[in-house]
Amino acid sequence: MIKPVKSLKQRNLRDRVMESLLVFSTILVMAPLLIIIGYVVVQGASAINADFFIHELGSPARAMQGRPTGLVHSILGTAVVDFLALIIAIPVGLGAGVMLSEYPDHKLNPMLRIINDTLNGMPAILKGLLAFALIVKPMGTFSGLAGGVALAFVMIPIIARSTESALMSIPWTIREAGLAIGLPRWRVVLSTVMPAAKTGLVTGFLIAFARAAGEAAPLLFTSFGNNYLPNHWTGMIMGPVDTLPQRLYSLAISPYKEWHAMGWAAGIVLLAFVITLFITARMLTKEKKY
Amino acid sequence: MQSDLLKRPLPVIYRWLGDKIFLTVVVLLGLTIIFLALSMAWVLYKEGSLAIHQFGVIGFLKGSVWDPGVQYVFGALPFIFGTMVTSIGALAIAFFPAIAIAIFMAEYAPSWLSKIIENLVHLIAAIPSVVVGIWGIFVFAPWMRETVYLPVVNFATEHYPSLLPVLGSPIGYGMTTATIILALMIIPFTTALTRDAIDKVPREQREAAWALGATRWEVIRMAVIPYARGGIMAGTMLSFGRAIGETMAVAMLIGNKNNFPFSIFGPAATMPSVIINEFREAVGNMHLSSLMAIGLALFAISLIVNLVAAYISRKLSITGGQAI
Amino acid sequence: MKKFHSIHLKRPSAIFSATRLLVVAGALMILAGCGGSGTGDSKESQRVDLLGAGASFPAPLVTAMADEYRDHTDGHITVNYQSIGSGGGIRQFIEQTIMFGMSEAFLSDDIMKDVENKTGGKAFNMPITLADVVATYNVPGLEKGVVFDAHLLVDIYMGKVTRWDDPKIAALNPDKVFPNMAITVVHRSDGSGTTNIWTSYFSRVSDQWKEQIGYATSVNWPVGVGGNGNEGVAGAVMNTPGAIGYNSLSYAFLNDMSYGYIKNASGNIIKPSFEATTKAADIDLPEDTRVLFTNTPAEYGYPIAGFAWMMVYENLEKNNAIETKQQARELLRFLLWTITDGQELCEGLGYARLPQAAIDRNLNMIRQIKWEGEPLGEEILKEENLI
Repeated sequence: MIKPVKSLKQRNLRDRVMESLLVFSTILVMAPLLIIIGYVVVQGASAINADFFIHELGSPARAMQGRPTGLVHSILGTAVVDFLALIIAIPVGLGAGVMLSEYPDHKLNPMLRIINDTLNGMPAILKGLLAFALIVKPMGTFSGLAGGVALAFVMIPIIARSTESALMSIPWTIREAGLAIGLPRWRVVLSTVMPAAKTGLVTGFLIAFARAAGEAAPLLFTSFGNNYLPNHWTGMIMGPVDTLPQRLYSLAISPYKEWHAMGWAAGIVLLAFVITLFITARMLTKEKKY
Repeated sequence: MQSDLLKRPLPVIYRWLGDKIFLTVVVLLGLTIIFLALSMAWVLYKEGSLAIHQFGVIGFLKGSVWDPGVQYVFGALPFIFGTMVTSIGALAIAFFPAIAIAIFMAEYAPSWLSKIIENLVHLIAAIPSVVVGIWGIFVFAPWMRETVYLPVVNFATEHYPSLLPVLGSPIGYGMTTATIILALMIIPFTTALTRDAIDKVPREQREAAWALGATRWEVIRMAVIPYARGGIMAGTMLSFGRAIGETMAVAMLIGNKNNFPFSIFGPAATMPSVIINEFREAVGNMHLSSLMAIGLALFAISLIVNLVAAYISRKLSITGGQAI
Repeated sequence: MKKFHSIHLKRPSAIFSATRLLVVAGALMILAGCGGSGTGDSKESQRVDLLGAGASFPAPLVTAMADEYRDHTDGHITVNYQSIGSGGGIRQFIEQTIMFGMSEAFLSDDIMKDVENKTGGKAFNMPITLADVVATYNVPGLEKGVVFDAHLLVDIYMGKVTRWDDPKIAALNPDKVFPNMAITVVHRSDGSGTTNIWTSYFSRVSDQWKEQIGYATSVNWPVGVGGNGNEGVAGAVMNTPGAIGYNSLSYAFLNDMSYGYIKNASGNIIKPSFEATTKAADIDLPEDTRVLFTNTPAEYGYPIAGFAWMMVYENLEKNNAIETKQQARELLRFLLWTITDGQELCEGLGYARLPQAAIDRNLNMIRQIKWEGEPLGEEILKEENLI
């Protein structure tokens, strides 16, 4: 079918119309998303106070009677669980990333790449179920460790992927130079390629960290929750601990106004945390592109 | 350090064994990921096998009754239906705006604006699901109830009472609310992937179209989009996968109704939402096993979606599959 | 002036807590330094974490008790109670991931037998408080006090009575005028002990309900719309003219909802109250307290009420979640405290007190609890001079 030729005027008009449509839909979509952030900031800022950072949650009666309550235990719990996750995830993700980029001819690589991408696309809740079956059931109790493992499952594919692309961005000539002076391959990878790709690697960790730090679904049946700081420090790892995302969920669906306000406060803290991680990662990326 | 290395003759063990060990460690770590994916499938199957054997695969997937009370019968259909309707709905809402933002960013906006929008998109994509959920519970759902659902239902009561069962109860938490929130959540994701695909289009492609005297829109429509098609489709597929697995915000807003009939405004449930709501609460073995079996179904659907996305990005793109 | 006053009051407590936090942090570090060797009889080892989970209805009470008990023990005993629903409480209790479970449904005979086979001892169901459910409604022009009886409520929830001006409603409320308005039935969409009590009441009075729908924490409702949680139901009722739903009494009180009076089995019209709820339990309690008393025979008892039970094993050492005798001892002390001094908290938080008969049964059960054959429960009762 031959289209009738349109006049230049028509075509330019069409160009204008499409442009304004694009602008319009950009505004239309960005607006509600910015509204969400705005709401969280405004509501959270009005609900947050010093008590929030130094007290434990306790019972709803505490909040309703105006006694000081806070989420210090959730903040510390989040830190513990997230770092546990990072400690578990970094070696695995890094290793897989190195395998993908430094041994490009390895027979397992195509399969690993597809499986890694698929794992990355798997809903986080399934990773929680896996951690429940692998850690909670054998250990016989909910624990910060199980939560950390669940979040590690979220981080691993992201780290593997970002490690691969960070290492790939280092030119092969650098590796060849290392090999040429007689370094074994492992020293080339560890002492030249990885240091050169340092920024990219750290960016990947931060992005994985930010992704996992906001996850609540895998934590509900792994780290379980706690209204207080555990009495023993081991309780943070071996016993149930509270985390911000999961506490935010239970505060939001609770029937108490005071807890709703605290939920907003938890929201702004969580958002600030994730966004800080995220902006740091973005700035590192920018630095790399000098 | 380098001079040190040059002076010292390297023992064979250091080179040969070192490389062997390094390769073994790296491959073992890589295998961990493969092991994780396989064990996920295995665990879900094992834990869900009680329900699968009781109801049969087809019977479980087709079963439309979820009754942990009296009959003790479990079927996954309401949740599969809920997941599919909300995800497809969300994708339908999100698709064009997301692509529009990506095109605007890549082709129209001046570079300072484009950078701002890009950063915002990435920032928004990083908002945790629960934070979107709390906004949905306290701001969006009540607002939807007052400004959309109630007027529509009131109008229908007066003029088309036969529509009422289709519309459902306007409590604010329901399928439409969840779908819109889901759409908002996947837009940044789709946008980012589309942007990546558009960025992969070589400059020559555009310049050729410009040289033919095309307007800006014509360049986009004839040179850019066809080239980025594979990447865009694959990105859309991945966003769809995201929507399917999205848990917290949906669980907080969908109203959690486990049985048919679902209605447009009324409550429903999705696969992740029923797992999150009932997993800690289930008493009976069959109930727990059924939840795991739903997890397995979710796993299967996600797997298919991801594989299709990988396939599309390989086959449909002109570059031969490096789009994402 | 008032503002200054309140600020003045708050400050010292914040500082106090900050110091306490520092102390806790310091203690953590010292403990970290000691590693695992701190199991001796140093002061730190007397700090014990207890873990319980289950029903959400008694959660505000149990967590408030935990707060109070922590102060009572100078911060040595921390009781972590997570509200995950009655079903979850039973499940995790059986899986032995928690030290005690809580539920608004007692353990079934099957589970009791199972526990006996596995641990060589019984599972005890100890009532901690009473749960009560009221019919809440939103009928323009009508305050609280519409009278219902069991059959009327069943008919409404089965979709047989669909309008407020139905003669059955009028017959029970001769002095009230009802609008010509459709009834919107609201129920819980999540699993809930409140639903369990509500439907068990229906099952007791209607065979048809019992056979078709039955009672459980979540059932297959014949009609109506679902609300998530007490709040979801309350929200739906308050926003929908003509709606009827059910909520726990304290929730209806707090939110100033209209609620109905119920004609009980003895034919008395009962206004829901904590006293009427406590009276409902004034029946012949069996030794193990595993009894439902919805539709109570008690003459002035409120008929839609039940116990919320705390579940523990008779042989505490068999519960994998309890590792040391110290934990077992502190668990029992806490248990004892909740049914004695802890009961003082009930009414302030909107819960009915336990009747004396239930407390007696509880003491009896605590007395039988053992740790590796030692009569730990008896020891603790003796310490407290209760026997």
